[in-house]
Amino acid sequence: MADKTAYINARLLDPATGLDETGGVLTDGEAISDFGAVLAKKKDAPKGAEIIDCGGKCLAPGLVDMRIELGDLSATVSAAVSGGVTSAVCLPNINPVIDDMSVVEFVARRARKLGLAKIYPYGAITKGLQGQELAELGLLAESGACAFTDGTCAVADAQVMHRAMSYASTFGLMIVQHPEEPSLAADGVMNAGETATRLGLFGIPAAAEVIMIERDVRLAELTGGKLHIAHLSTGESVEAVRRAKAKGLTVTCDTAPPYFALNETAIGDYRTFAKLSPPLRSEDDRQAIVEGLADGTIDAIASDHSAQDEESKRRPFAEATPGGIGLNTLLAVSLELFHNGHLGLLDVLAMITSKPAELMGLPAGRLEKGAPADLVLFDADAAWKVDGDNLVGKAQNSPFDARPVQGRVLRTVVDGRTVFEAE
Amino acid sequence: MAKGDKDKAQFPHRHLLGIEGLSPEEISILLDRSESYVEQNRRTDKTTPLLHGRTIINLFFEDSTRTRTSFELAGKRLGGDIINMSVATSSVKKGETLMDTAMTLNAMHPDVLVVRHPHSGAVKLLSEKVNCAVINAGDGAHEHPTQALLDALTIRRRRGGLNGLLVAICGDIRHSRVARSNIHLLNTMGARVRLIAPKSLVPAAVDRLGVEVFHNMADGIQDCDIVMMLRLQRERMSGNFLPSIREYFHFFGLDYEKLSHAKKDALIMHPGPMNRGVEIDTDVADDVGRSVIREQVEMGVAVRMAVLDLLALNPEYGGKG
Repeated sequence: MADKTAYINARLLDPATGLDETGGVLTDGEAISDFGAVLAKKKDAPKGAEIIDCGGKCLAPGLVDMRIELGDLSATVSAAVSGGVTSAVCLPNINPVIDDMSVVEFVARRARKLGLAKIYPYGAITKGLQGQELAELGLLAESGACAFTDGTCAVADAQVMHRAMSYASTFGLMIVQHPEEPSLAADGVMNAGETATRLGLFGIPAAAEVIMIERDVRLAELTGGKLHIAHLSTGESVEAVRRAKAKGLTVTCDTAPPYFALNETAIGDYRTFAKLSPPLRSEDDRQAIVEGLADGTIDAIASDHSAQDEESKRRPFAEATPGGIGLNTLLAVSLELFHNGHLGLLDVLAMITSKPAELMGLPAGRLEKGAPADLVLFDADAAWKVDGDNLVGKAQNSPFDARPVQGRVLRTVVDGRTVFEAE
Repeated sequence: MAKGDKDKAQFPHRHLLGIEGLSPEEISILLDRSESYVEQNRRTDKTTPLLHGRTIINLFFEDSTRTRTSFELAGKRLGGDIINMSVATSSVKKGETLMDTAMTLNAMHPDVLVVRHPHSGAVKLLSEKVNCAVINAGDGAHEHPTQALLDALTIRRRRGGLNGLLVAICGDIRHSRVARSNIHLLNTMGARVRLIAPKSLVPAAVDRLGVEVFHNMADGIQDCDIVMMLRLQRERMSGNFLPSIREYFHFFGLDYEKLSHAKKDALIMHPGPMNRGVEIDTDVADDVGRSVIREQVEMGVAVRMAVLDLLALNPEYGGKG
């Protein structure tokens, strides 16, 4: 393989700078050495460089996914690159829990060895994710933890959360909360409302989310700490974050594709692939999430990728494990926001590239000379149908199974190497 | 009923998983067939060979004496081979047990599986994995279709029909599959349904199921033709959803004073087993003029015979009538 590769004849997109023009990218080894209109044509490529003609398709920074469950590492990174994701941040809920420096290093090292998507870890807020004693936030950060969260568990105790935010702010670290008041969620397995009542399933009220958010926003105000709220799913939550931002607090948030593309009716007749945490909400909530994305209240989109095997999902709904895979479909489902006219193409891309990279402090998500050559080439219009059985990676539990989508990843490049190519 | 009577209407479904989604005609087929068994059950010789050679398995993942016995009797009176299987639910891996049990039983070629499970949707899940007819004998807080059918049969025999009746369902709606099946059935058949319960026992958006919700017995019962009481599970009584039994009975227990607001000839129903002095006053429960609680039990056997007959012998799914 030539050291230099020229990706020419592309619609070059860089959401961080608003660049959208015909051009190309030149990579030298693992880094981007040049990009822009100067590389639009074959003749622009330097001598000896391998030339890849992008055929006018979209070439953008590799996608950055700020929240996945790691699961089986090699299956996960394969799924990631098939979805154009070149950097992902994994929750600390692995075994052993990422509440110790050695685990932080271990995860990153194992992922590097595979040479596919880059995996960065979150550190745990509390030891063992038990919600009681603080983990070594400062040391974990030094060894590479991007931010801190207890994963799919909320830090429920207000005093623990208060201290975590206060302590984290000493070092300028970000605390990421799974916003659900557990005592209100209790025996609930889906959104409280008509569908749950019909199915005889106990509900998690939408208020369980905003109550936790409003508490944490107060704590952010009190401590001056950086608070990030994960996967917003309700309209009230969007409103609460909107108010916090208007107040000038350092509060940010994200959502995941299921919350702007699906609602609770996706559960239909006890479909456990649509059992997620937070649960799919009402149509009004879904629309409010879209609005929050459009007006910038919501800062980023994460896939919430969570691979589950058949044994965890082929169960009575109440017993099934929550979670859905999302890496493979992150781009296509996010692009619905563009195709439906809610956001511009660059705005959608920013949500899954530069913005999460910035929140997590990652050297990714933008085109920059000297930056790692992590790229995605995609056709924004190509239509396909999600087929859970045939997605890359072991797991099949896509909440989007059988959904017609638009936007197909053609090629994924990590550190200058093509790691995925569509058939 | 004559074997092989081709004039009889057939039930156009393979399983009976719930009442929701059934048409008035389909419910009438079930009730009409049930009616034909009431007489048979009152004879000295109660058995026919209709289901001779058919295997029915009662698969109960949750304790039940009444429903299981009722199905067992129904199967025996139709001459079928019926066996009971109780599966312990204490194991952590309940879901595995469910699917494993389904596959195991399926290999034994049963004709009908009668299934009760503590989780909503579990019976449907099981029905997708087996090659025989499945009857839902109660799944979580979802549905208990044969209970609603036996309630409807009881009312129909007493009142001549269901259309236009005003029915109050009182008590723990939140946890009740009986309430849900009855709401669907009564609405489908043209009755009007009221729910009466403290707010902590009413599930979210239940009014969207086409009912009126009341939180006061006197108002809710006003002018009702039928008062259906629900059983209050013991674990809900003390401090969790309700402060105490005493308080619950005071506000929501059915006694003569509260009953006085209903129509003079209103029928009192209860799916059993009753908690006397909790949801229903003992004298009211035993009032021979008003209470049809024992009749409900009798109708239960007839309804289950009808459902077994219609599903086991359904020609569309390989049964031979």
